[in-house]
Amino acid sequence: MEMLMNPSQMTKKYFTPGVMLVSLIALNGLIFLALRLIFGVGAITNLDNQHPWGIWIGIDVAAGVALAAGGFTTAALGHIMHREEYEVVIRPALLTALLGYTFVALSVAIDLGRWYSIWHPLIFWNGNSVLFEVGICVMIYVSVLYIEFLPIVTKKFIGNVRFKGMLAKLNSPVDKLLRMLDRGLDKTMFIFIIAGVVLSCLHQSSLGTLMVIAGPKMHPLWQTPILPLLFLISAICVGFPMVIMESLIASRSFKLKPEMHVLSKLGSYIGPMLGIYLAFKVIDILIREAFVYLMVLSTESVMFSIEIIFGIILPMRLFFSKVVRESPLGIFIASMLVILGVVLNRLNNFIVAYNPPYATTSYFPSIGEISVTLGFVCIEVLMYRLIVKYFPIISIPEKAGVFKTKYSIQGSK
Amino acid sequence: MATQGRRDFLKSLSAIGISTIGVAGITPSITKASPENILSKDRMGVLVDTTVCIGCRKCEWACKNAHDMPSGSIDEYENESVFDNKRRPDYSALTVVNKYQNDKTGSPINVKVQCMHCDQPACVSACIVGAFSKKENGSVVWDESKCIGCRYCMVACPFQIPSFDYHKALEPEIRKCDFCFDRTAEGKLPACIEICPVEAITYGRREDLVQVAQEKIKNYPERYNNHILGETEVGGTSWMYMAGVDFKNLDFPTLGDKSAPGVSESIQHGIFSYFVPPVALYALLGGVMWISKNRDKKEEN
Repeated sequence: MEMLMNPSQMTKKYFTPGVMLVSLIALNGLIFLALRLIFGVGAITNLDNQHPWGIWIGIDVAAGVALAAGGFTTAALGHIMHREEYEVVIRPALLTALLGYTFVALSVAIDLGRWYSIWHPLIFWNGNSVLFEVGICVMIYVSVLYIEFLPIVTKKFIGNVRFKGMLAKLNSPVDKLLRMLDRGLDKTMFIFIIAGVVLSCLHQSSLGTLMVIAGPKMHPLWQTPILPLLFLISAICVGFPMVIMESLIASRSFKLKPEMHVLSKLGSYIGPMLGIYLAFKVIDILIREAFVYLMVLSTESVMFSIEIIFGIILPMRLFFSKVVRESPLGIFIASMLVILGVVLNRLNNFIVAYNPPYATTSYFPSIGEISVTLGFVCIEVLMYRLIVKYFPIISIPEKAGVFKTKYSIQGSK
Repeated sequence: MATQGRRDFLKSLSAIGISTIGVAGITPSITKASPENILSKDRMGVLVDTTVCIGCRKCEWACKNAHDMPSGSIDEYENESVFDNKRRPDYSALTVVNKYQNDKTGSPINVKVQCMHCDQPACVSACIVGAFSKKENGSVVWDESKCIGCRYCMVACPFQIPSFDYHKALEPEIRKCDFCFDRTAEGKLPACIEICPVEAITYGRREDLVQVAQEKIKNYPERYNNHILGETEVGGTSWMYMAGVDFKNLDFPTLGDKSAPGVSESIQHGIFSYFVPPVALYALLGGVMWISKNRDKKEEN
């Protein structure tokens, strides 16, 4: 094996002027979050009886789930198809998925009128409800992500459990427990990896089915029975661009050399996938004859065109170019286009396309809603930075590592 | 050692498969039970004749009283200035009357708005915890003890009826007309029906009401538009409307005859048909994983 991954803890200091700024935005979000908890959803949002869902669902949840797709797409490529050269990106992608889904769950919770009843779907079942399926799937998948992450934690603390004072007695039993857990996870990890991919395919697609029930309230440019398929394909499309974007930002932030050899190869998958996505989008519009709505100038037709041209066609063209794929700036821009395109698609599906019959005003997110959304993104970034400082997540390139990949099927060695 | 590992792998994989199928075996029976949707032949309905309604808004007052909501004095309801704006039901009123200009006759048309109590309700299908249910007497009711306040019912409702109490931090409610479920259980009439001074709203078996409406249209073709709104829309509703003008002019949404949750439920059950597709995907990925792993092993040897 020529490529060995060498995940290390980042040693650069935590606080920089940039991090301070991010912390401020996070704090601002938390203030508005506190106001929502004290005074109710209506106090800080522009939601009303005509617009029951805003950006907390459209962006935080729907786009958040899609952007966390790097987790299952890299797991499928690296672990299931066993392409070991991609293993360097799996841990960062796993961490992003983990944080992403944790914040998806938090966003759902704060949007719920009765956030303290969020556990109800566990006991009150409705098999007809798409939302029930999404909820249960996401709950299980978050648990799977934590299990997939657990070996990184156990590996760090095995042989390093040093409680002080009264708790010192616990050192040896905790160490034993960690070793047992680590051995058990080694043997069974493949079960969770496959389950993670299956669960992702299920809820990524069902997220698309959510809006189908809104029927004629949703603009025909987006309302289609193949919404689940489009959501699944676009989630797969955005998985690798997210990994590329994060890897490049992390490299820059921690002053590492960008992993271009891996990222360029990863990038070569994106063009064809965007092609498939575009084909389904276009065929869908043609078959349903919804293209007539593109002939009139409206918010919907403009947003749809931006989504297709700048979110699919342009990045597809860029990813098909070898020059772009091999330049850090080029591949970064192309990846950002795909990411913003998918975010815009989710926003379009959940908010722009949703035209309630009796709306007297149109919905635009309030300062409170935007603050909380930005705040959550910033907290995620801060947590990511903190975790890569204390756990070996990011691989330092071009140093021969000895740390062999974690989730190989240990039994078949 | 290699064969040992492979056997373990296969063993665990099949164990998972079997347990998943086991779960799949029990779940449909549980999940089917949760949202009630009993379509009794004798389910009740209401026929709203907008050509009769005088817009006195006494139904609004009676409704609030019946649901323990602040109602004020009945005299306040004679104030016609509320008709300046088109109102919608919300947390403070489960039914409202709107006034529309009538270009045909000149006399205004009054339209009472409340939940339509669909036969195949989108809210019942959509609700994540099954807090909505269609009862045997035709009413669609909300169960406070289950609701988590996600507002998906509001996204799903084709008539945009359920409303949410946005200004409550704790126990905010989803509010909508409950067809006076408690009153009818005691044998009383729904509050709005009881108070209506001109019998613009008729309570009865839905089947009978459709006949009554058809008869009226046949006997007075001048008076009525040949359309009973709610007879077939979104699979039929318990509350049905008659009018002298096109319902589009009275702010009713134009809806097809297919039930609102039909498409999404068939997609949903297609993806999950007895858990076969997820289990098949699991097996497929397991197979791919095993083959890829072996291929690499061979190359290394």
